[in-house]
Amino acid sequence: MITINAILDIFPQLMRGLGVTVTVLLASAVLAYLMAFIAGLCRLSQNVIIRKFTGFYVEVFRGTSLIVQLFWLYYAIPMLFGIQLGSNWWTGVIAIGLNYGAYLSEVVRGSILSVAKGQTEAAVALNMSRFQRMRLIIFPQAVRMMLPEFGNYTIQMLKGTSLVSLIGMTDVLYYGDIMRSTNLAQAPLIYLLVLVFYFILALPLIWLTRKGESISKKGVASG
Amino acid sequence: MTEPIVQYRDVHKSFGDVKVLKGINLDIHPAEKIAVIGPSGSGKTTIIRMLMTLEEPTSGDIIVDGTNLWKMEKSGKMVRASEKHLREVRGDIGMVFQHFNLFPHMTILDNCMAAPIHVKKENKEEVRERAVQMLERVGLGDKFDSYPSQLSGGQKQRVAMARALVMRPKIMLFDEVTSALDPELVGEVLEVIRDIAKNDDMAMVLVTHEMDFALDIADKVLFLDEGVITEQGTASEVIEHSTNERLQTFLHRFRKV
Repeated sequence: MITINAILDIFPQLMRGLGVTVTVLLASAVLAYLMAFIAGLCRLSQNVIIRKFTGFYVEVFRGTSLIVQLFWLYYAIPMLFGIQLGSNWWTGVIAIGLNYGAYLSEVVRGSILSVAKGQTEAAVALNMSRFQRMRLIIFPQAVRMMLPEFGNYTIQMLKGTSLVSLIGMTDVLYYGDIMRSTNLAQAPLIYLLVLVFYFILALPLIWLTRKGESISKKGVASG
Repeated sequence: MTEPIVQYRDVHKSFGDVKVLKGINLDIHPAEKIAVIGPSGSGKTTIIRMLMTLEEPTSGDIIVDGTNLWKMEKSGKMVRASEKHLREVRGDIGMVFQHFNLFPHMTILDNCMAAPIHVKKENKEEVRERAVQMLERVGLGDKFDSYPSQLSGGQKQRVAMARALVMRPKIMLFDEVTSALDPELVGEVLEVIRDIAKNDDMAMVLVTHEMDFALDIADKVLFLDEGVITEQGTASEVIEHSTNERLQTFLHRFRKV
């Protein structure tokens, strides 16, 4: 009985962080997808400088920790350059978006490269230009292949949003932490509920990933 | 005889250290049907892939309708052709591949319509009409909305031919188009090729292992051996009267299986 009461107590508290968690997720996902396509395509560019430059971005953001990147954007950049990245909501979105954008750009690049060579050859035989080949033939197939990985990374991004509680944002984890600090004995239950909370949020994403997998099985010539 | 539409002049091709073609000289005349035969690894496919701009020759020239395919003039010097130059010159050439290479994300009809609409900027309704006509011609009038994965190999290859024909090429290249098919599906594909050969006035180059078929429809047969065309002439000249030993061995091996 006590447990149920406690749950009924804790849950509404966690709900207060829902807005921040979801909006940060959605905005950073949009930014990450955008960066993924820009960087992924740039890495396949014929121009060496563009390729090297995007390679640098990808390796730096993949190769360092997200939480340190977050702190850099939040604490270091304003001090060093006097630039404010807007609110801490924006800081969180930019850090998560750029970080996962770097990972996803490799997915974009890999998918484009794994469309079968025969597809390009058939498109050449139909006298398509480089751009037409990409737009009409390669890209539509590559996108299908990307879907499952995009789903996976979006789920990871959801979990990654919990880091914004460390730069003072009031997300789900933040409210969990607050409650624990006022009621230490409840810590196990509180964190269990936080986990459940994230899991429920992830469910639609898991479902979408499955859906993406079945779509990607059809309509692609790979090899 | 008319001016050749394609001329190969001393064309060489190496892949790394491997010399695949060692000086190909060849004329293709309008409407001419040429069969290229020879042992595997002799460079047959490479000959037509270079014409389709899928492989660049190591040296030599390929002239298409009077224009050098792989080289262009730039401030008085011949330089390597740009993508734009290649596009301009290869527009009249079409190709059918061993592995079909249909676009799996498009319906059969869209496979046939994409290039005329986007590349040639033709009117969509006209293209649709022509694509429908071509698909009916290859016997797939009931499959317009199917996807390639729903078709048999023979059907896929017939779609690939319709797709190439809709572009109205002056030269059609066939790269071992029956090699990837189950034996019972080969006939239906050869039928379509025979129909094209008989009724269309485009030039055709067939790289093939279907010896009897090739000899049947070809005006000219080339025997390629170790990167050189060692025999060429009409089917009867090459097959029946040639004294070339390697050709005879090759044909003999074929006849036996």
